[in-house]
Amino acid sequence: MNAPVPAIALQPKDFKSDYKPVWCPGCGDYSVLAALGKALASLALRPENVAVVSGIGCSSRLPAYTTCYGFHGVHGRALPAATGLKAARPDLTVIVASGDGDGYSIGGNHFLHACRRNVDLTYIVMDNHVYGMTKGQPSPTTEPDWRSKLAPEGTGLREFHPLVIALASGANFIARAFSGDPNGCARLIAEAVRHPGFSFVEVLSPCVTFRPEQRAWKEAVRPAPVEPTDDPGRAARRLMTDDGFNIGVLYRGTRTPFAPRSAATQSVEDLQCAFRL
Amino acid sequence: MRVPTVEEFMSRAYAIELEAVERYTQFAEQMEAHNNREVASLFRRLAEIESLHAKKILEEMRWASLPAMPPPYAADDEEGPETAPFEAVHYLMKPWHALEVALRCEEKAVEYFEGIATGDVPERVREAAAEMAGDEREHVRLIREWMKKVPQPRPGWDEDPDPPRIGD
Repeated sequence: MNAPVPAIALQPKDFKSDYKPVWCPGCGDYSVLAALGKALASLALRPENVAVVSGIGCSSRLPAYTTCYGFHGVHGRALPAATGLKAARPDLTVIVASGDGDGYSIGGNHFLHACRRNVDLTYIVMDNHVYGMTKGQPSPTTEPDWRSKLAPEGTGLREFHPLVIALASGANFIARAFSGDPNGCARLIAEAVRHPGFSFVEVLSPCVTFRPEQRAWKEAVRPAPVEPTDDPGRAARRLMTDDGFNIGVLYRGTRTPFAPRSAATQSVEDLQCAFRL
Repeated sequence: MRVPTVEEFMSRAYAIELEAVERYTQFAEQMEAHNNREVASLFRRLAEIESLHAKKILEEMRWASLPAMPPPYAADDEEGPETAPFEAVHYLMKPWHALEVALRCEEKAVEYFEGIATGDVPERVREAAAEMAGDEREHVRLIREWMKKVPQPRPGWDEDPDPPRIGD
């Protein structure tokens, strides 16, 4: 018998599909796409062993631009689809791509329960504090005094704080990355994938079209001045006083990931029969 | 910076050039998607130039095959000095802006290679780094010349008669 042929190490470009992104030039999401390819290559994963699941929005176009399995789902519903996929196929590495509108508003409820369930997923949210695809409406993370034609007086509403919510809901890994540093972003995504359970990576990803002032984020971000903690209480105190620009791993929990209690009892053929009209 | 051998230095230089080729190609594709064909073709030209520089490294080193490439994101924290940041582009940018982006990258490359050439490195690495810095200085000069032949953008170059953004 021949010895098994060793797998050839893949390069980041091997995770890029032939579809050309149509994001606005300058958009931070290009960088997140590049970072994801670098992260998956560094983890020695192969596209056929990875699934990228998304909802709706600029950031949710990401699965089509990779060579991994992809699922471009319903607005805000990427996490339930990904949860089902991971429960059925625990052998796959499942990445979920979303934005602040898709993930925190329409999909806000699913976000809470995905954190609580702690299924082994990596949730990457490209946060630009605005609905870009639909022309610039305020999103849950938009500052209360941000004015536009669509919100002339600003929303006057307090911003959603996704990292605090994630911690309170039970996420097992919480990090913040910045798209202006693709390599740093890649390192954080790789660490999130390696960490068992529900890993949440919030990526500050400027929208240069509707929020051109976000180009200044490059000067605002800084490495988090503290080491990651596994103490939820300490993490909560840090996150509650966080100004939104600390980059790095902010919480590394120790919860055991969810695992389905029973194996599948029906074959795919049985299921197909049940759905046949 | 720790660069013990000329082979390691040149393989790093090669990776820097390849990363620049990849980024300029990405920018060209972005401009094509937004029908800014003039700037797209300029980014393609810049990618070609960087690709020739990468080829020159291979020839000078007489490497029969590609050197062992650094991991996807190697020892350095940031992207290579010749790699333009993703946020450097705009869908209405003019050729002059693209050359401005390239100029900044070449200037960073000069700084990077000069930093190695003046650092605590073996003599052969110093010589190779000084030569690379010289190549990049020449690129800076050529891009400055190129910029003189390209019209400077008028104020309001980024005004779109059908803007995606609804202003205040």
